[in-house]
Amino acid sequence: MEPFRTVRSRAVPFARANIDTDQILPARFLSRPRDDNHGNYLFRDLRYAPDGTEVPEFPLNRPEWRDARIALGGRNFACGSSRENAVWALYDHGVRCVIAPSFGDIFAINGTKNGLLPVVLPEPDVQTLIAAVEADPEAEITVDLPSQTVTGPDGTRYPFEIDPFTKRCLLEALDEIAFTLTHGDDIAAFEARHERHNR
Amino acid sequence: MTDAPRTLFDKIWDRHRVVEREDGQTLLYVDRHLVHDGSAPAFEILQKRGLKLRAPERVFATPDHYVPTDTRDVAAIGNDEHRGMVETLERNAADQGFRLFGLRDGNQGIVHVVGPETGLTQPGMVVVCGDSHTSTHGALGALAFGIGMTEVAHVLATQTLWQRRPHTMRITVEGALAEGVTAKDVILHIIATIGAAGATGHVIEYAGSAIRGLSMEGRLTLCNMSIEAGARAGMVAPDEATFAYLKGRPYAPTGREWDDALARWRDLRTDEGARFDAEVWIEASAIAPMVTWGNSPQDALPVHAALPDPESEPDPARREALAETFAYMGLTPGAPLASLAVDRVFIGSCTNGRIEDLRAAAAVARGRRVAPGVRAWVVPGSAPVKREAEAEGLDRVFTEAGFEWREAGCSMCLGTNGEIGAPGERIAATSNRNFRGRQGRGVRTHLMSPAMAAAAAVMGRIADLRELTGG
Ligand code: SF4
Repeated sequence: MEPFRTVRSRAVPFARANIDTDQILPARFLSRPRDDNHGNYLFRDLRYAPDGTEVPEFPLNRPEWRDARIALGGRNFACGSSRENAVWALYDHGVRCVIAPSFGDIFAINGTKNGLLPVVLPEPDVQTLIAAVEADPEAEITVDLPSQTVTGPDGTRYPFEIDPFTKRCLLEALDEIAFTLTHGDDIAAFEARHERHNR
Repeated sequence: MTDAPRTLFDKIWDRHRVVEREDGQTLLYVDRHLVHDGSAPAFEILQKRGLKLRAPERVFATPDHYVPTDTRDVAAIGNDEHRGMVETLERNAADQGFRLFGLRDGNQGIVHVVGPETGLTQPGMVVVCGDSHTSTHGALGALAFGIGMTEVAHVLATQTLWQRRPHTMRITVEGALAEGVTAKDVILHIIATIGAAGATGHVIEYAGSAIRGLSMEGRLTLCNMSIEAGARAGMVAPDEATFAYLKGRPYAPTGREWDDALARWRDLRTDEGARFDAEVWIEASAIAPMVTWGNSPQDALPVHAALPDPESEPDPARREALAETFAYMGLTPGAPLASLAVDRVFIGSCTNGRIEDLRAAAAVARGRRVAPGVRAWVVPGSAPVKREAEAEGLDRVFTEAGFEWREAGCSMCLGTNGEIGAPGERIAATSNRNFRGRQGRGVRTHLMSPAMAAAAAVMGRIADLRELTGG
């Protein structure tokens, strides 16, 4: 995972509400190893017809959006299965940030552990951004993590909230396991206490 | 602080805080970590760093997602990748020294059936698993939630997780459930009411007389689908039914330890006056047998209802989405739900693969025949469920009616083991997700209770159970 600071890019819209992680990465690719390029499986069954040809109207197949590093999602984006492979698919494809009115909780957490920033903005603001990129698919959006702002194509700035610890993890690409292991004594002390109470 | 009234969730959370950071993150201790055959990436993360399990005695594993349900022979798994997933779990268990209920073990099964059934899941525990339906275990009064693979690696290495305190929601279902209405109908009704994102960011506590009246199996079904309402976790305060369910299970405490545990567990309920961030009230008598028609679990209606009409949706974006759903699902606007012919029936999964579910389905199947042209499967949730069902003769009821009786596993709920439907097939399923392609590309899934799925099998179409029983 790379540290996340600022991304300026075109943005590909997936406007539907409740897009689930089964759509983002179909289950039959779940047994692929991590070093496999999961970008190939991203939205596989919506992006390609059963005969393997591209579905031209699917947003990822639009020439302007093929290399978008930002995605715009509908409400409850990436709900459902906890499969981290859905994050890998977006990340391997090159997407570094998804902006949506809300996320499936587990997906949002998985994202931050893999250098993919989930940004929650109010639904009307997300709709404004989607309308802007649909009107001009080449329009660019900027996501700046240090200042916690999204800047739309027309220069409008949208502040967003992020948990300070999560922000730090993303900015520094922090190795969370190594960090937690520095709390080894706290965990051992807790275990001693906990055993006494829970036996 | 400790004197203020607390919710059940608060009590469990507070008891598991290892470290609290000023920025609001809590390092939460994990009592039980359940592992399945999709967990290979997490072990790879450990291997790369040369890390060991912090507490292997708290880790329990069973293969479920990739196992075949027509054999118990790992070597017989034809697909190399699938067999590799099962073998990798076996190797990791041997290398890292944690307990594995392997494919031939008497306790093997779907991880969320195995946890409660073996007594590994207990009231007041924090339980995690790299699977979203970990919410199931909350039925015993545990705080149980699904995590991703990076988090699984984190728990394996540290036995903890960094968490932000979630919001709390109480859903009270008060009154008596109508005849033929099950826990599956209750949760489908709840999701249809609050929406698939209705509980995002929340831990749900289910309360009220209708919930108290549910069996443990019913409560497990209910908590299982909390994730389909967007919730982190779902829970039911433990009571006498919980204790009776747990007593005597292989990993339940015994003797003096049982008495001590019981004393602790009895305190695990929400105090009078404790505050929830959100409250939902549901009248039990308003709940009918439910069936889903669309591609989100919130698309559920009473079985006797008619389908909506996309044209009557005023919002253009939603109209378009609805029309797409109708096209995918092959639906006629306004048609009765109970007219849709089914090709296949799947009875099983961590939602409805327990003994009580199989009894309910068998009661409908007994003395009847699966309709011509319908392929119907019964897949027990675990090896113990299978044994128990066979001891009761349920397997014969099913096979005599023309159902296939299979071995335990996730099977057609997700189809990662290759057990999927064909494009265009319509399946009546007791599982938890009706997403596009969930049971195979182009497959049309309708979720319902086990009795309703059995009714669909014998009628050859989605059917109101009451048509069969004359009720
Ligand atoms: S039965 Fe289905 S939902 Fe349950 S663990 Fe298996 S695949 Fe997941």
